Amino acid sequence: MYEIVSKRELAPRIKLFEVYASEMAEKARPGQFIIIIINETGERIPLTIAGIDMIKGTIKFAFNEVGKTTKQLGCLKEGDCIENITGPLGNPSEIKSFGKVLCVAGGVLIAPMLYEVQALREAGNALTTVVGARIKDLLFFEKEMGNLSDKFYVATDDGSKGFKGLDFLKEVLEKEKFDRCVAWGPVVMMKNVSQLTKPYGIPTIVTLTPIMVDGMGMCGVCRVTVNGRMKFGCVDGPEFDGHGVDFDELVNRQRMFLPEERLGSLLWEMKGGCACGGK
Amino acid sequence: MAESKPKPKIKKEAEPMPKQKPEARRKNFDEVALGYTEEQALAEASRCLQCPKPQCVSGCPVEISIPEFVKLLKEKKYEEAIKKIKEKNSLPAVCGRVCPQEEQCQKLCIMGKVGEPVSIGRLERFLADWERERGVGVPEKAQPTGKKVAVIGAGPAGLTVAADLAKLGHNVVIFEALHLPGGVLVYGIPEFRLPKKIVRAEADYVQKLGADLKLGYLVGRIYTIPELLKERGFDAVFIGTGAGLPAFMKVPGENLGGVYSANEFLIRVNLMKAYAFPFYDTPIRIGKHVVVIGGGNVAMDSARSALRLGAEEVCIVYRRSREEMPARQEEIENAEEEGILCKFLANPTKFIGDEKGWVKAMECVCMELGPPDETGRRRPVPVKGSEFTMDVDTVVVAVGRTSNPIIQSTTEGLAVTKWGTIVADENGKTCIEGVYAGGDIVTGEATVISAMGAGKKAARAIHEHIMNKK
Repeated sequence: MYEIVSKRELAPRIKLFEVYASEMAEKARPGQFIIIIINETGERIPLTIAGIDMIKGTIKFAFNEVGKTTKQLGCLKEGDCIENITGPLGNPSEIKSFGKVLCVAGGVLIAPMLYEVQALREAGNALTTVVGARIKDLLFFEKEMGNLSDKFYVATDDGSKGFKGLDFLKEVLEKEKFDRCVAWGPVVMMKNVSQLTKPYGIPTIVTLTPIMVDGMGMCGVCRVTVNGRMKFGCVDGPEFDGHGVDFDELVNRQRMFLPEERLGSLLWEMKGGCACGGK
Repeated sequence: MAESKPKPKIKKEAEPMPKQKPEARRKNFDEVALGYTEEQALAEASRCLQCPKPQCVSGCPVEISIPEFVKLLKEKKYEEAIKKIKEKNSLPAVCGRVCPQEEQCQKLCIMGKVGEPVSIGRLERFLADWERERGVGVPEKAQPTGKKVAVIGAGPAGLTVAADLAKLGHNVVIFEALHLPGGVLVYGIPEFRLPKKIVRAEADYVQKLGADLKLGYLVGRIYTIPELLKERGFDAVFIGTGAGLPAFMKVPGENLGGVYSANEFLIRVNLMKAYAFPFYDTPIRIGKHVVVIGGGNVAMDSARSALRLGAEEVCIVYRRSREEMPARQEEIENAEEEGILCKFLANPTKFIGDEKGWVKAMECVCMELGPPDETGRRRPVPVKGSEFTMDVDTVVVAVGRTSNPIIQSTTEGLAVTKWGTIVADENGKTCIEGVYAGGDIVTGEATVISAMGAGKKAARAIHEHIMNKK
C-alpha cells in the first residue's frame, strides 16, 4: 500500500500526486515510469515519474483524468492509499552535458518534463524550453520551467496564450543550433516536433506512452516500430529516436480499446463516480 | 492363520475424473476438472500395488514418496498423507492439477503395463483440496539461522526455494515484480485449469512458513543483484524469473489491432480478470473468428479462454501435425471436446487489416514435414504456391516465450547463453558466488514441476553454501 502524501490540481482534470515510496525514491531517475493499480479490481496503468524527494522518501506523478482509472485515482485524497505501485520501470533518460538542448513538453507530460529539465540543467546544459497545451487554462509549471531555462516559450493549439501551434519552432531552429531535442507530450505533438527537427539533424528523443499491462516486457502490447524494428515501449524505452518512430501505428494501437475504455468511464460516471466532484 | 479370502481383483482402469460437461464449461471460467470424491479417491488409491521398488518416485522431479502417501490415503489418514506430500512439495494443489503426470510419475507406474496407471496427480489434488478446505496447518519452524536469502520471482521455482529455505530457518525475502504472487500460475494458466484462489492459498502457505513477500519489486530496476548481496545484507540470491517474454513471428501486420501475444491475452484474462470486465477494469476484445497460432499448452489455454469469452469460432493453426503438438494430450482432448477447431500444417505469412487498423484476414502457407530438426520433431517446410487466406478478427500468437533480460543485463559477470537463459549447474549454481538460478530462466520454457524440481535442488545447494560461509 502506498499512501498519498499530497495532492495538487495543476490544471482542470490534471493532478499531481506525491506518495510515500522510499525505496523507489532512492532508485528513480528522470524518464522512468511506474505502474499503478488502485485496488484489487483495478487495471495497471503506466505513469511517468514527475519527481522524487529522497529526504521525505516520496515520488511524484501527474495524470490526466480521461478514463475510469484516472478519474477514480483523481478522487483519492491525501492519506488514502494506492494498492500497488511498481517502479521504477523503463530506462532512465540519458542525462549529461549535451550543450544546447531544446525541451518541448505538452499536456500532462509537462509535469515529468520539469523533473527532466532540472536534471539537464544540473548537468550543465543550456536550455530552451517550450510548454504547450490545447488551451491556456491547461498550462502549468510555466514559472518553474521558465526559471530553469535560458529561453522559454509558451504555445497553445488555439493561440489563447503564447504562440499558436508549434510552427514558430521553425524560426527558432533556423536561428539557433541545438545539440539535442527532448519532446514529451501527446503523440501528434511529438510527431510534429520530430518532423521539424529532422531537417536540422538534431537528435530528437521522444517518450512513448503506448498501452501497457505489466510494464516489464511480458505482454508485448506496448510494441512500437522504431526504425523498422519491433521494440517494446516498456523495456526498450520508454524513450526512442523520434525520427524513427512510426507514430501513426502508435496512434492506432493506443486506440485499440477505446470502446471498452469509454464504456468503463461511462459506467463510472453513471454510478456517480466517487461524488467528490474532482476535489 | 492364513488369509482365506481371495484377494479382490485390481481394476485395470483408473477412476475417471469428474468434469464439467463441455456444453456448460465452454461458457464459464469455472474449473473444468471437479476433483475426486472421497469414495473415488479411496477406490483409486486401492489400485496402487505398493511396489517394493517403486518406479513412480524416480519420475517425480521433486521426489515425493508416492507409495507412502497413497498408502496413508487408502487408510484414510488424510492429514498424514498430505504431510507426507508436503515434506517434498509445498504446492500440491497446483501440481495435482497442472503437472504432466502422464510424462512423469504415472508413465513409470507398473499398473500402466497392465492397464491404466494409478492417477497419482488426482490423488495428490484430492489430498491438497481436502486439507485446504479444513485450513492449512503450518509445520514447526527451525531455529532462525540469521541468514538472509533473496528469492527473485514468486513463480513455481521461487515459491519452492522460499518454502524450503524458510522451513530451514532462513530469513527469506521474495521479490515479485507483479502485484500478485504465483508467476505463470497466476498470469499464464487459466482459472478453469487452476483456480487463482488455490494459487493464492499456496502462496499464503509459503508466507506462513515465514517467507516475506514483496510485490511490485522488479529486481534489476529497484535493486540489482550485486546491491542485494553487497548493500542489503543478503547471503544468497535465487533467480527464478521464468520465461516471460513473448515471441512474435515477425510477419507483416503483426502490430495490427486484434493481434495479441498469448502472454498479453492470458495476462489480461488471468491476472487482470478481463473476463469479468467491466467489474474488473482491464478490458479484452474478442471477435467472432479467433485464430490461435501454436500447438503448445499456452495455445490450448488461449483458445479455450477465447471460447469462454464468447468467440463464435476458435481455430488453432499449427505448422506441424497433431503428432508433433507439444500440448498435453488431456488438454488437446479438452479443447476438442469444447469445439475448438484445429488447422494443421499451416503457418501465417501475413495479417491484413481493415481501414481502422484492425486485423480482418490472415494469409497462410501450407506446410509439409521434412526430416527431423534438432528437437527431434519433423521440421515443417512451406509448400510453394499453397497460400490461402482465412477471415479472422482476433489473433493470439502462442509461438513460445523467451527469458526476460532485465536481471541478466543488470548483473555484471552473470554468464548467459545465446538464448538469453542463465547458465547454472544441476544445483542451480551460477558463475557468481552466492547467486543461484532455476526454472525456465535456466532451461527455457518448460513445466511447472521441473521448475519446482530445480528450486528444490537450488534450495539444498543454497542452504549448504550459506551454512558453510564464514
